[in-house]
Amino acid sequence: MIETKQLTKIFKIKKSPDVPAVVDLTLSVAEGEVFGFLGPNGAGKTTTVRMLTSLIGPTSGAAWVNGFKVGEKDQDIRRSVGILTESPGLYERLSAVKNLAIYANLYDVEQVDRQVEKYLRMLGLWSRRDDPVGSFSKGMRQKLAIARALLHEPKLLFLDEPTSGLDPEAARLVRSFVQELSEQGRTIFLCTHNLNEADRLCDRIGIFKSRLIEIDTPENLRKKLFGRKVVFHLREINPRWIDSIKAFAGVENVQPVDEKLVVSMDNPQVLNPQIIRMLVESGADVQFVGELRHSLEEIYLQTMRETEQEGQA
Amino acid sequence: MMKHIKTIVGKEWAEVFKNRMVLFTLIFMPLIFTILPLAMLYFTGQGMDEMASVTTADVPAEFLSVCGEGMGANECMQIYVVNQFLLLFMMIPVIIPVTIAAYSVVGEKTTHSLEPLLATPITTFELLAGKSLAAALPAIIVGWAAFGLFLGALPLIGVTRAVFAYIASPTWLLAIFVAGPLMAIAAVNLAIFISSRVNDPRTAEQISALLIIPILGLLFAQLAGVIVINVMVMMSFIGGMALLDVGMVYLGTTIFQRETILTRWK
Repeated sequence: MIETKQLTKIFKIKKSPDVPAVVDLTLSVAEGEVFGFLGPNGAGKTTTVRMLTSLIGPTSGAAWVNGFKVGEKDQDIRRSVGILTESPGLYERLSAVKNLAIYANLYDVEQVDRQVEKYLRMLGLWSRRDDPVGSFSKGMRQKLAIARALLHEPKLLFLDEPTSGLDPEAARLVRSFVQELSEQGRTIFLCTHNLNEADRLCDRIGIFKSRLIEIDTPENLRKKLFGRKVVFHLREINPRWIDSIKAFAGVENVQPVDEKLVVSMDNPQVLNPQIIRMLVESGADVQFVGELRHSLEEIYLQTMRETEQEGQA
Repeated sequence: MMKHIKTIVGKEWAEVFKNRMVLFTLIFMPLIFTILPLAMLYFTGQGMDEMASVTTADVPAEFLSVCGEGMGANECMQIYVVNQFLLLFMMIPVIIPVTIAAYSVVGEKTTHSLEPLLATPITTFELLAGKSLAAALPAIIVGWAAFGLFLGALPLIGVTRAVFAYIASPTWLLAIFVAGPLMAIAAVNLAIFISSRVNDPRTAEQISALLIIPILGLLFAQLAGVIVINVMVMMSFIGGMALLDVGMVYLGTTIFQRETILTRWK
């Protein structure tokens, strides 16, 4: 679906140093995958989306989208993908129907009226179809912009900050719709600042700041950065138990925190029953056992910190 | 290709004609420019008796060349006066497209609607052609309609055959039907160029309206007696406009590129 090889975009600005927005980006996104593209403001996420949707050309490197090469088959690329831009960019004086009909015609959709009705109904905007878009709430506009990106039934969707600036209810609606699109088998390239959203929706995540810093599933990123940790809640802690747990092969570290033992290990499925058995046999009252799950936010911040430290070094 | 261009034209008109400023420019300005010369002709016609004493000596010497043989001095005077208003008709195809193009391009910039539009399979040519036609066509049609109204009203206000024949002469017809569209094309492209650099439609309009300067140049040159607008002058003006159009279309297409719009238009 998406393949890039050392994709680079450098902006040349008169009388100023060149600005490398995207450097040597190599990645591939498979069909049906929801790929999260995370990075701070100005990281080059939008520039990447613009290159992949053939809106701007790369300075060097190459990219293929839906089998079409960027820079050679630009119109085919634009015809085969849907894009939700950072700002919805709707025609505020025109009705929802008119807004969508314009785009349906530009995408050469065969049954314009049917497609417009289908997506207005699907996104709950049918009752407001004839109202000028200027009277719509932010959430409604975002939904209309999503409908616009889907009119020509693209298999690949680029969503640039789809829930940015929305209230929690509208954001939840948009997220569940993205989930629905993913279940329909569409490939989604999702740029977002919302790390919970990325955690919930994405199969894989790329952390990006001009360069691709990390790329993996959220679970693997957790493992890679923090390892796996299990928390044993006990009534009280006997220091001897810490040494006993450390003696298990596969346990990397044991950290007492209040009445809890935080155990870093590589295979909790195998080690947890053994540790619990040992603790119970040693007289410990085990109250709860659970995995310590780092949020994507922690992963993201940790990755960024490490990148900055490497940069300074 | 035509479907995309038609869609853009339809979209532009649907949006831009909801703007009161554009509607005002589109309706009232041509009406005023049509009524003014008609009123002038009517009142000078009414005063024919008082003007009986007018002789060819009262008409600028340079202008006598355009008055036909056997034409009375007062008719010649009428033609001299109304000839100044020809230039008003030539302003219509400049002012209207400048207003429409300024609102259409700057409007798209401020609402960020150009990016999703550029992300469709539309080609740059189709988009530019659609925007240009949407701005130029109303101006050309309104300009022609205003001139048609003016011509149709001439017999009603009692102008003589000689004066009517002069107004329906090649000079005026070239001005309205050839110079007008050429000026509209230059105006649209200048407006697009200016609009790419400003964020306020009124600023774009005001700067683009500088294109009126060549017309004002003609007006003042004629008033000062330096030139008389005749077929030769009009042909030279058309030649100059055609050259200017080539330059402006080149400038317009250079500036109206996807990457330029997305990365440099602020």
